[in-house]
Amino acid sequence: MSDASNTHKPHVVDAKILIGVWFGLLFLTFVTVAATWIDLGALNIWLALGIATVKASLVAAYFMHLRYDKPFNTLVLIAALVFLMLFIGILLLDTGQYAGDIIKGAAPALSY
Amino acid sequence: MSEHSKNLAHHFSNTEQQFESGKLGMWLFLATEILLFGGLFAAYAVYRANHPEIFAYAHQYLDRNLGALNTVVLICSSFTMAWGVRMAQLGKQKQLLWSLMLTLVLAIAFLGVKGVEYESKWKHGLLWGKNYNPVEHVEAAPAHGIVGEAAPVDPPEVPTGENASLIAPAQTGPAGLAHTSGEAAKAHEEAPDNVHIFFGIYFLMTGLHGLHVLIGMGLILWIFARSYWGHFGPDYYTPVDLVGLYWHLVDLIWIFLFPLLYLIR
Amino acid sequence: MSNYLNHTSGWKSWVFTLDHKRIGIMYLVAILSSFLLGGIFAMLIRTELLSPGQTIMDADTYNRTFTLHGAIMIFLFIIPSIPAALGNFVLPVMLGAKDVAFPRLNLMSFWLYCFGAVFAVFSLVTKAVDTGWTFYTPYSTTTSASVISMTLGAVILGFSSIFTGLNFVVTIHKLRPKWMTFFKMPLFLWSLYATSIIQILATPVLGITLLLLIAERTMGIGIFDPGLGGDPVLYQHFFWFYSHPAVYIMILPAMGIVSELISVFSRKTIFGYRAIAYSSVAIALFGFFVWGHHMFTSGQSTLANMIFSLLTFSVSIPSAIKVFNWLATLYKGSISLAAPMLYALMFIFLFAIGGLTGLFLGTLATDVHLHDTYFVVAHFHYVMFGGTMIAFLGGLHYWWPKMFGKMYSEKLAALAAALIFVGFNMTFFTQFVMGTRGMPRRYYNYPEEFTTAHQISSIGSYIMGLGFVLIASYLVYSLMWGKKAPGNPWGAATLEWSHCPSPPPHDNFAEVPSQDTDPYDYSIVKYDEESDSYHLA
Repeated sequence: MSDASNTHKPHVVDAKILIGVWFGLLFLTFVTVAATWIDLGALNIWLALGIATVKASLVAAYFMHLRYDKPFNTLVLIAALVFLMLFIGILLLDTGQYAGDIIKGAAPALSY
Repeated sequence: MSEHSKNLAHHFSNTEQQFESGKLGMWLFLATEILLFGGLFAAYAVYRANHPEIFAYAHQYLDRNLGALNTVVLICSSFTMAWGVRMAQLGKQKQLLWSLMLTLVLAIAFLGVKGVEYESKWKHGLLWGKNYNPVEHVEAAPAHGIVGEAAPVDPPEVPTGENASLIAPAQTGPAGLAHTSGEAAKAHEEAPDNVHIFFGIYFLMTGLHGLHVLIGMGLILWIFARSYWGHFGPDYYTPVDLVGLYWHLVDLIWIFLFPLLYLIR
Repeated sequence: MSNYLNHTSGWKSWVFTLDHKRIGIMYLVAILSSFLLGGIFAMLIRTELLSPGQTIMDADTYNRTFTLHGAIMIFLFIIPSIPAALGNFVLPVMLGAKDVAFPRLNLMSFWLYCFGAVFAVFSLVTKAVDTGWTFYTPYSTTTSASVISMTLGAVILGFSSIFTGLNFVVTIHKLRPKWMTFFKMPLFLWSLYATSIIQILATPVLGITLLLLIAERTMGIGIFDPGLGGDPVLYQHFFWFYSHPAVYIMILPAMGIVSELISVFSRKTIFGYRAIAYSSVAIALFGFFVWGHHMFTSGQSTLANMIFSLLTFSVSIPSAIKVFNWLATLYKGSISLAAPMLYALMFIFLFAIGGLTGLFLGTLATDVHLHDTYFVVAHFHYVMFGGTMIAFLGGLHYWWPKMFGKMYSEKLAALAAALIFVGFNMTFFTQFVMGTRGMPRRYYNYPEEFTTAHQISSIGSYIMGLGFVLIASYLVYSLMWGKKAPGNPWGAATLEWSHCPSPPPHDNFAEVPSQDTDPYDYSIVKYDEESDSYHLA
């Protein structure tokens, strides 16, 4: 067991990278707030989500070491996100179809 | 028995295999967490897509300065956690302890800010479902012109002093962030139906997230104790790494919650 | 000889055991107890339906009884049956590993199961939940029965299921011997792998759904309440995003068992190994995107209906691939009709009926007529009982000698299998007929003209019950007085039979088998007449 080849050698992330990512994240937080100062109409939310995705990728790649890990771990993360997006996508597709047909006030509130 | 075999379970053939197993297990668990939160994101998406007016109206009652502050706090805690893992890998025990301590302090700060936000929502009846019963927040109004013309409704309930400043800071933000007073007043007059849906989703999302912060704090405390007892070093730091992954996920979720809840135009 | 059953003793050695085999046995006992409970409620339902009007219980009691039957069978029996009980025992041994990757998580999964089960059954019985196992809003948010504790129980059970799935995926990825590539794994492991993917990706959504339901009841958040601007159809989307894939959590491991049995008892290499392996993964992935076929009549949009109908048909392709490959394996095989094989053949027959009637229901226009009738009840019993339960019985008979080192009586086993086959078809085939004629599900009363059909159905269920009593008797007899089982009575080539004594020692293998073997190459074992068993050639 003490065989050197059996011992796990950690991948230590460089201090500069960690600090750089940290500042990057703080900067992007400012950017995402600043982005709301401009009116892009429907694009605002996609811009906000895009920035959030970049931030999330930074955290995942460096703080969570995904960049240096077995690729399968990344696949797990991406698979979860893809399934979630498909779930949300189908929900939006369906509810968007019938939302317009709902008659307001037709259903009285339930008493609990 | 060598140093390494102490931490090696009998069914693994080497520490590499054990470490990789733990890591994959944690990632699979994080995938379940993503889908757990995913349900709430789905609810958010459905209501936001079909009733954008609710979100446009109701989000003004969230304090985006506090939201941004909490984002910064969590990002910093993520950094200190990542730094802690690095210190564990390098075998610098003292710095590991400091990093974990700082992470804990930041987590407490996050919950503190969250508590302040919740309290102001609670005071103003900005709650979910049938508990949604907004109190006119007049005391702040004259200064910011939200509902200037309204008379105080229920003086004993009106918050004063420090609390008052927490009520409608969305309108006191940097130039350009704020609605002009006229718009805000109009928005307030024309509250759309079912605004409570927003607050239901807000409380569920931030509540579940807050619960995860609490659990994460417990885990960090556990890691802190074990580090203090000297369990970790370059040869064995799996628990630090795995708790770190969990903590970063909590941060990741907040990274999405912040723009979705606080930064709606 | 020291084995996992006798190497330590005392109750603590079981309650705190980290040995996957003991945890598997404890799971087996727990799920069989749940099955007994659920079965009793099934008998009560069939007895009530012996005649129109009130027979032995009133309408409210009937509602609670079918809720008890459904919730217990789904959450406490079928979902954990094959993966958690048989899978836990067999997976590491088949894989040539000493244990699952996270033994403590495995034990925790078992105790969570017990805790959740007690919680759920207790609230079902004392608080009289009558919503059915689906907890549809708005009924579940307004009925006086305590839905909260029942759903909390289901959430706890969900965690137990997630932990099992997570453990299996990591075990399969990380604990295989070097020579065992994914394509040298037995097909049962492929199916458990596919099942685990579903458990990991779908179960959390059930968790959040039930938490939302609890929030709806306790806080009145109104997300599912139309009066508060909420959407009850959304609840159904959430619920079925888990619960349809859950159907594949139930059937996939069953298909895995059948793949093993058909090959071993035909003494022939499995036909189309890769096709069967890939189809397991395909079913797991496709299965995620067909949930809307439970909602064709719910107010779901026409567009979504059409998409879901199309996708539903696509799932039948990988399922059919499996059936064709099993049949091709049987072709010109040297078939031995031992008890496990009887169940495997029964599975193919019953699953074909269950699967094909599923296509009737996946067709939009037909579904409008058949929705919520006995046709649906018959369909899912053909798949769940005729599929999963039958394969579970096949697996139980197949691995019984390995688990306990004892043989059972083949003759009695064949008799019991026949009773179950006849009883099952009497019970549920009649329900197809009743369903097409408009008999709705979940009613405790019915018009006179359905009397004969209902009575045939009830009598069938008694015959099935008799079959189960017989199985229980000869298995208990075999435990006590059964003939000692050899290491490899069936001549199988997978590691748990070829390289491991019955019952297995505590660590499964003194040394991980090092040579490269094909799980379906029967030339590696040779029949030995003297011991009536097989040995490595």
